[in-house]
This record gives sequence, structure tokens and C-alpha cells, in this order.
Amino acid sequence: MISRQEVEHVARLTRLRFDEDELCRLQAELGRIIDWVEQLAGLDLSGLEPTSHAASLKNVLRADEPVAGLSQEEAVANGPDVEQGQFVVPRIG
Amino acid sequence: MSAAGGGAALDVTTLTAYRCRELLARGDVSATELTRAYLDRIAAVDEQVQAFLRVDESGAMAAAAAVDAKPRSGRQPWEGVPIGLKDIFCVKGVETTCASRILKDYIPPYDATIIAKLRTAGLIFLGKLNMDEFAMGSSTENSAFHTTRNPWDFDRVPGGSSGGSAACVAASEAPWALGTDTGGSIRQPASLCGVVGLRPTYGAVSRYGVIAFASSLDQVGTLTRDVRDAAALLDLIAGRDAMDCTSTGLSEPAGTPGRADLRGLRFGVIEEYMGEACRSGVREVFDAAVDSISALGGVCEVVSLPSVERGVAAYYLIAASEAGSNLARFDGVRYGHRTEHSEDLYEMYVRTRSEGFGPEVKRRIMIGAYALSAGYYDAYYAQAQRARTLIIQDFARAFERFDFLISPTSPTVAFEIGERAADPLAMYLSDLCTVPVSLAALPGISIPAGFSAGLPVGFQIIGPHFSERGLLNVAYALEQSLDVNTVAPLAETAG
Repeated sequence: MISRQEVEHVARLTRLRFDEDELCRLQAELGRIIDWVEQLAGLDLSGLEPTSHAASLKNVLRADEPVAGLSQEEAVANGPDVEQGQFVVPRIG
Repeated sequence: MSAAGGGAALDVTTLTAYRCRELLARGDVSATELTRAYLDRIAAVDEQVQAFLRVDESGAMAAAAAVDAKPRSGRQPWEGVPIGLKDIFCVKGVETTCASRILKDYIPPYDATIIAKLRTAGLIFLGKLNMDEFAMGSSTENSAFHTTRNPWDFDRVPGGSSGGSAACVAASEAPWALGTDTGGSIRQPASLCGVVGLRPTYGAVSRYGVIAFASSLDQVGTLTRDVRDAAALLDLIAGRDAMDCTSTGLSEPAGTPGRADLRGLRFGVIEEYMGEACRSGVREVFDAAVDSISALGGVCEVVSLPSVERGVAAYYLIAASEAGSNLARFDGVRYGHRTEHSEDLYEMYVRTRSEGFGPEVKRRIMIGAYALSAGYYDAYYAQAQRARTLIIQDFARAFERFDFLISPTSPTVAFEIGERAADPLAMYLSDLCTVPVSLAALPGISIPAGFSAGLPVGFQIIGPHFSERGLLNVAYALEQSLDVNTVAPLAETAG
């Protein structure tokens, strides 16, 4: 089960908004999915470490040398609102 | 003009990539003629199949002309062979959307590493293929743009998320295609469309420039008409990449598979996938393929991997958690969709994301954030990662006794469009047999094994880490023995 307040809280965390119908449907769907993943509680996982990398790769390092990357012009070319090579955003509310 | 078979238009319906390479090398066909033939085929059938999101006719023809301008002796082996690309790969200067409204009109300023490799090898990019939005789905119905249809039955799904890639090969719209597999997104659509789908070991292929879904699971792989093409395409894309520190490359090239028998090899039939979840028509085709392995000299025995039945639940939590983090970057600031109504920054984020993402993507972002949120992290995410450790151990134990593990790729044949769309859980269970392989970072291949009521049935072979060379040889031997038709009986209605 997942409460209406929890659904609204997670929506805020993820910067998503839903109308009343969507919230009702999501609450039911998420509740069913959460109930379903509860099956993991039935496994005996005592003493097992959580997997962090499935192929057990350790730290990968490289020399810290500058290489050519995208130009500023290329990097901002997809921006929805760009001025003087910078991304423009609305004011912080 | 000297197209294969005389002066008539080249028939591409049965061509493999190897055959394309031969025709080009002998001068039986020019790169321009070959590319034109595939573009004509796309024009003739894609109105029905809808595998492509965008066909890059001018780009493909220009690349083909550049190949033809070089002397044949100065070309590389695969130069001039066309390919289809899932819309998850960044191709410099070519719109790349991941089948999402939030990335509509996005033009990558760089090539994914694998795209750069194929470009250097001289392959011709025919266009971008449909998929479930951000690769989240098992039917390609979650594309924001349209639904791709299964070339064997237009009322059915091609599988997903690489549904466009699988359908395009099955419909002969390209000799081969690239896809990605997070929980089964290459193997399951390959199974449902009757083509060969290879997911390499995690790390064999660079993910740089591949739009991320779940980074500990995402892996690039191949959709081809046969096993030899899969090996060739894998060797073209594999390798360590400084731009992806999780990439390691293969331990040895796949080469050209040619194994004729399976003597001396032990195959474990995964018991947990033989139960009621496996539909009867699929079971019969699977059993017949097991008999073929035995006839080729392989030894098949049942093996139990108890943890795999919980694999989908663990996968779902891990993938959704990673997706929630990866998709936080879509905020309307640097690229992609931005809402038109935004009086302040928070409102801009919320409206942009709510307008840009589809329902399944939102569902997974929500689940992921919930699983990672304060008070639930241990109960869900950490528990799922412990279950993943258990699954890895079960596979490791099985590989002490067996060289390869086998199962059906999908418990069912292609389902009807709309059949599972309203029920997320039913859709997730489409990946029952493929997901644990992803969790354990193992290589897996689906090859066509036969038909149930006219619909393709796939056979999954799983190997230890970096066993691609052996895995492809085994798949080749079985493929030769089964000799299954991979050409969907399509009528050309347009073009």
C-alpha cells in the first residue's frame, strides 16, 4: 500500500505533476507494484552484500590530461533558450 | 548496372549482412544500388510495419555515394553495408529522441562511440528505429510517436524495447540493426520477431552516447538475420572506451562462428522457466530444440536456479531507481522540450517534465524515487541489490556444472497490441526469462527455434562472462541444425 500523501510527496521530489484522475490511478498502480515487489522480503538474504557492480570492476583511472571537447557553441546548440552562449532560465520562485 | 540476379531490382528480402558484403566485394552491386534497394523496401513495407521513426534517405545515399567513389580494393570489409539504428544512439547531426516527446528535435553534437566505430567501418545508416520511450517497455507501445507492428502478424507487438530494430530486420528493411538490452530489450523482441538477438556481457560494448536508462544494466547489442552476422557486428562495436569507464571490451574477438557439433558441452535447462509460465506452444518448440542439442552431441540436464523467479521484482526496483536518477537531467534547461508556460524555475521543471514524459516513464520515475526515499531505501533498493547478489551466485554455481544455460527467451509468442498495455505487471513479466541474465551481467543470445501457430519462438542461450566467442559458436551450430525461416511473409503494398 502507498498513501495518497506519499504519492504526492514523491511527485514533488521528482518534479512531476498529476491531475486528480492520474493521482488516483497512480496510487492504485504504485500500490500494486509495491505489493508485488514485497516478494523480495520472502528471500533469505542475510549475510549477502548488496551488488554494487555486477562484474566486480574496481576503480578505473586515467591520466588527467586535457583533451579537446565540444565548443561552447556546440554545447549550447540544443538549448531551448540561449543568450551569449549561456542557458537562460526563469527566475527562482 | 549489374545487380545480383541480373538487371532486375535487387531483392533484399533474404540478404544477410555477410551476403551484402560479398555482393559489394565482387562488384555485383554498388553501395548506392544496395542502399537504394533497402530504401525502396522501407518505402514498400514500413507504412505497415512502422519500424522506423525517421528514415535518413539523403544521409544514407550520400554515404553510399562516398563509398562508391573509392576503389573497391581500398575499402574496408563492411564498407557500404546498410544498418538500422535504435533511436537511443546519439548520431551527430541526426535527430535522436529515445522515442520521447521530451527529446523531440534533439540533435546530438557528437557520435556515440559505437556510432563512430560503425562510421569509421563505412556502414550506411538508414535511419532511426522505434522503441519504447527511454527503452522502458516490452512491446514498443510506449513510444511517444507510434506503435510498431510485428511483421509476422500486424495485430501483434514486435516486443520491446528494441521493437523497431527487431521488426526492421524481420521485415528485411535492413540486413541488421543495433539495439540495447537492459532487462531483455534485444532478446525478447528478437524472439517475438523471429530474428537473432545478442546481448553481450556488461562492459563488452561502450555506452558512451547511448541515452541512459539503468546504467548498471544497459548494454548495446545486435539484431541480425543469423548468428554469423551477430558475431561480425559485435566485433565491430566491442571494445574498451575511455569515455565509458565501465567498458572493458571482449576478452577475445567473436570471429566467424563455424562450430558444427556440440560434443563435450554441457547445457543446463533452467527448471524455473519450464513451469506453467511457459505456454504450451513455446514449450514444444523449446523441447524440440533441446533434442537438437542432444543430437549434436551436447548433454542437457535440468538445473535449478531458485532465485531467478524473484528476478523481475529485483530488476524492476533497481532499474526504476537508476532510471529516476538518470532521467533527472531532463529539466528543460540544456536540450529537449521546454514548457511554454513557466513563471519560475520550479514551475518550469514540473511542467516540462509532466508534458514531456509518457505514462510508463513517469510510473518508473515515481517507483524509483519511492524506493530510494528516506525510510524505504533498505526495504526496497538495498534488498533488491542483495537479491541481485543471490542471483549472481546462483548463476555462478550453475556454471560450475554447465558450459551454457538454456531457456525459452519469452514465455509466450508475440501478444496482441493492447493486450498488456493496461496492466504494468503483466507487461513486466514478459521479461521473466531475460531479466536475471541482465542482473548477473551475463551474455545471452536469442535465436529463432521454430513457430507456434505461425508466430516465432525464440531460444535463449546464456554463457559465463565474456564467453561470447563460445556462445556464438554454440548458437551457430544449433541454428544450422534447426534451419528456421527468418523471412516474414510480407506483402509489399506501397512504394
